[in-house]
Parts: sequence; structure tokens; C-alpha cells
Amino acid sequence: MGLFRARTRTDESRFFRLGVGSVAFLTIAVVVGIALVMVQESRLSIQKFGWSFWRTTRWDPVAGEFGALPFLWGTLFSSFLALLLATPIALGIAVFLSELAPFRWRRPLVFLTELLAAIPSVVYGMWGIFVLVPFVRALQLHTPAWLAATPFFKGPPLGIGLLAASLVLAVMVIPFSASVAREILKSVPFTQREAAYALGATRWEAIRMALYYGRTGIMGAIMLGLGRALGETIAVTMVIGNNPQISLSLYAPQYTMASVIANEFTEAADNLYLNALVEIGLVLLIVTVLINALSRLLIWRMSRVRTATPQPAASPVAAGA
Amino acid sequence: MRIARFLLAATLLVAGTALPAFAANLQIDGAGATFPYPIYSKWFAEYNKLHPDIQINYQSIGSGGGIRQLTNQTVFFGASDGPMTPEQMLAAPGKIFHFPTVLGAVVPVYNLEIQDELKFSGETLANIVLGKITRWNDPALAKDNPGVALPDGEITFVHRSDGSGTSYIWCDYLSKISPEYKKTVGVATSVNWPVGLGGKGNEGVAGLVKQTPGSLGYVELIYALHNQIPYGSVKSLDGEFVKASVEAVTAAAGSATGKMPADFRVSITNAPGKGVYPISSFTWLLLYENPKDKQRSKIMVDFMKWALSEGQKFAPELGYAPLPKGVVDLELPALAKVKVK
Repeated sequence: MGLFRARTRTDESRFFRLGVGSVAFLTIAVVVGIALVMVQESRLSIQKFGWSFWRTTRWDPVAGEFGALPFLWGTLFSSFLALLLATPIALGIAVFLSELAPFRWRRPLVFLTELLAAIPSVVYGMWGIFVLVPFVRALQLHTPAWLAATPFFKGPPLGIGLLAASLVLAVMVIPFSASVAREILKSVPFTQREAAYALGATRWEAIRMALYYGRTGIMGAIMLGLGRALGETIAVTMVIGNNPQISLSLYAPQYTMASVIANEFTEAADNLYLNALVEIGLVLLIVTVLINALSRLLIWRMSRVRTATPQPAASPVAAGA
Repeated sequence: MRIARFLLAATLLVAGTALPAFAANLQIDGAGATFPYPIYSKWFAEYNKLHPDIQINYQSIGSGGGIRQLTNQTVFFGASDGPMTPEQMLAAPGKIFHFPTVLGAVVPVYNLEIQDELKFSGETLANIVLGKITRWNDPALAKDNPGVALPDGEITFVHRSDGSGTSYIWCDYLSKISPEYKKTVGVATSVNWPVGLGGKGNEGVAGLVKQTPGSLGYVELIYALHNQIPYGSVKSLDGEFVKASVEAVTAAAGSATGKMPADFRVSITNAPGKGVYPISSFTWLLLYENPKDKQRSKIMVDFMKWALSEGQKFAPELGYAPLPKGVVDLELPALAKVKVK
């Protein structure tokens, strides 16, 4: 920021600005280029099916009938369930690391949570198959009968299915959400906390105040996790069961958009079939770009609020405490 | 970001595989089915020992991808586990020949705590896949397995989630047995499965079967043999239950020799004859009749002659069944039709 505000109009800085500017532009051009190619490559399917592609459920490569609703359903269901599972844990980690952990422990603990993000997803997939799937199967065998009778928990005890996929996704999402949420909490001005304590708030109340103050940014952190969950492919493919059905059951094998592309792309010899897979990819691209943009916007708004109000004592503090 | 990273990785990968080519004088590229990849790479390596100036590269990207690339003429030869459809043949810019290279088989694997080895008739397998037989103690299974105490439990069918020649062969067989199967599922590398779980690759299906009590799936014979996965025998057209083996698969091809069409695009599932394993299939190498590049064409024809004679001896050790002599005798004159000048 300081660089641009300084406005040193020497030739070097202009040249430098041009250089980095074109590199930045190239990144955008690549994304736009990918989107254009995908529209071009999916036109057969867009023309033939129109909106019914996203409303129908039959996916039959033999008959050349393609309806992608089950994949959309599976993607959204598994991702939102993963968020539901991950958010409290991620927030807990963020609060602990920014507010409660002893100072000399913070750095190694932050490092360890962020290490989770570095594990390759195929390793998460294997861990899912060997650890989570038997766990889910055992869980299912011990599900009380009245619960198993509800549409949310019915089905044979396979272990493979939506819940296993959501659990894997939750673990994969936690480091992202937790680390951004921690940054957000760190960015809550210390004066806010001091003000809360000055008003006689307990530690718990002060943390609640900080969470409330950072709510926009925290929403952003959660949505960043959502963006990651929507596009995750291999780990989900390995544990979700790959069955294109629309079911409310957490135990039922289902299918996601990313998985069907990974599974069927190599053998899709027929043009319409290939176009249908590309159309799924196109929608996945649009959805993830939108979610990511929205989350960045929320995080950015939060950090702007912080820099715009350097004297938070003037703002109404009592709101959260 | 993710896509950008993928593109970078793909570029590096392509650059990496192209590099060894600089060492050889002539390079021929092919792409297609994953199923014959182990034997093809063995053949290309052995052939390179005999002709050090020739390097044949093979990308196992799947039958569909192989056919697509051959049609676009980005590779010199293709490979497929299922014969090309008439529409695919028409889409290609020239006439394409199919050459059977080796044979493979698909076997039913299961996870059931019983001592006896299970037997399956085609109807039973079709009805399990269709979701009409759902329990292990179904009368149809009991009829196939007299004297075996079948447990009362739900059958979980496990299929390939990725498009695969293995699925093609499995569906091709079941469609011949059951008209209903042909109508509702059909034959393709990816189909609309009525029931079951999807695993990615042979290892994915085998993994799910091993993990899920009461499951039944299908994998390639090589895979079951190499990993010591128990598999059941299947009822042949002649009514005997045959356990898949290299010999039983070659026997299936042998029984088809007499009725072999001139273009070799033939399914040999459910073939007649004694000791014939019914879920067997050729895998094909695809060549243009009149390729532009006659130098490479000449080399490919020479390679094919070698693969069909000398090369066949590498098949059994890799779990493939060698072609019967009758089929090779039919292929050599067909190979002579490929234009080399």
C-alpha cells in the first residue's frame, strides 16, 4: 500500500508497476480464458438440455440422457454438512490460539493447525477409507432404531457415504477457516477488549465481544472453507460411494460434481457426454469463484473497518458486551 | 489457482515424458485403454531392446480418450477394450482396423464369511446388479450353490465409478444374458447403475469389497490374481461353472475363431464350448488403414507381427491370456492390408 501512496514517479517504479501489473492481469486472463473454453466445450449439452440439465436426475451415458441435479445436491449437501461440523471446531481453535493459549505455545500450535492444510488430499482419502469409513459403519450399527427410522439416518451400514465424505471435508476445511478466523480475531483492536474489561466484562464476555466485532470476517473465513469443500475431488471420491441419488440420509452413498468429472472424463468418448461433463465443470467453476469472491469481500470489509476506525473508543462498544 | 497449478503440472509432465524421445531416432505415440497398459509397456520395452532406434510411447488415458485422440490424429495408434461404435468409425478421417492383442477376463469378487467358493449364473449376477436380488440367501443364489449355507444378509453391489473397459465387458456379458439388463443398463464404459457403490479403479472396487461385509463387485482377473482376492466361478453357455484362468479365457477366444468377422470387432462374452470362461474379452489395438506417415506405419506393422508371435509369451506372466493360434492366423493377413508405402 505504502508503495502506491508514495507515488515516486521514477522510470524504474513505472517499469516495475507495468511488470507486476501485467503478471496480475495474466492471472485474470487465465481464469477468463478457462471459463470461455468451458462454455465453448459444453455448448452441445447447453443447447440440448438447457435448464433441464440442472433439474433432472437421470445420468445415463448409454442412452445419452444427462441430468446433473444429483451431483449438485451431493456437492451442496456434503459441503454444508462439512461446514456445520467444521465451524465450531475452527472457531474454537481460532479463539484458543488468539485469546487463551499461553504465548509460547501459540506459534507451534498455529504451525501445527496450518500443517493440516499441507496434507495431500489423496492421503486424506486413504485415511477416510481406513479410519473414518469403519468408524461411520460402527456409528451406524449403533444408531438407535427410532433415529435410524428417520429419513436422515436410514440405509444399510456401509460406512461409505455422505457422512464419511463430510467428515473428511470438515478436517480438510478446518485449517483454512481456523487460520483466517484467528487473523480476524487478532485484528480486533486491543482497545475494544480493554473497553470491555473496563466495563467489567468477564473473559468469556470479552471473547464474545471480539467474535461479534469480527463477525463479517469470520463469515468470510467460513465461506473460504466452503469454497474449498465444494471443489475437493479425490478425497471425496474415495469415500462418498459415487451413487447419483438424491437422498436426505447422511449414511447414503451419494455423488459430487467434482467426483463425476474425475471419474468419467477419461472414458467419455461421445461428444454430448463430454460436453455434459464440461458443463458440470463450468458450473462448479462459477460457484466456487462466486463463493471465494464473497468470502474475500467479507474478509476485506472487516480489515477495512479496522483501518478506517483507528479510534474505536468512539464507536459503540457496548453492542457485544 | 488449482487449475493454474494443474496446467503447470500437466506441462511439466508432458515435457518429462517427451524427453526420453530425444535419445531415440524415431518415436511413435499411442494412447488408449488402461487395461492392457502393463503388457503394452512390456512389449514396447522389449521391442526397443531389439530395435534400439525405435521408441514407442503409450499413454494409458482410457479407451474413450484413445479413440478420441486417434480420431483427431494426435497419436499414431489407439487402444480400446471395447470395439469402436459405428458412429465413432464414421467420425474418424480414415478407415480404422481393429487388431486383438491379448485377452482379459472380469471376475466376480465378494466379501462373505463362508468357507465354500461361490458359483454364479449370469441371471443371478444380472438380477443382483439390477437390484432384484438383494439378499445372500435368495433362492436364486441357493440354486446356484447347492449345499452351501448362505447367510441372511443384504448384498451390497460395488461397481467401477470411473469409466472402464472392465465395466464394458461386465455389462456386455450381462446384457447377453438378460434382456432387461440390456434395456435398463446397457453396454458402455460408464453406465447408469441401478444400485450400489462406486469405487475408483480396480483397487477402489477391491478395497470397498474387502471393507464392506456382504458386498459383491467385479475386477479384472489379473487384479484378483495378483492380490489374492477370492472370486467366484461363473456359469458358461454350456451350463458348467467355470473359474476364470488364463486357459479358460484363451478357450473363450478359441471358440470364437470359427465365426470371427473380418474386422475383428467381436464380443466373446458368453462364448460356447467346454471349459470356456464366459466373461472374457479381447483388447484391441487400433491402426489407420492408410496412415500418412508410411515410415511409422511400416514399423507398427512389424511391431504387431512381433507382438502377435514372440510377444505373446509375455502375456501369462502378466495375467493376460495369449491369443489362440487361430486368431493370430486370421490377423496376419489383415495386418498386411495396412498400407506401408
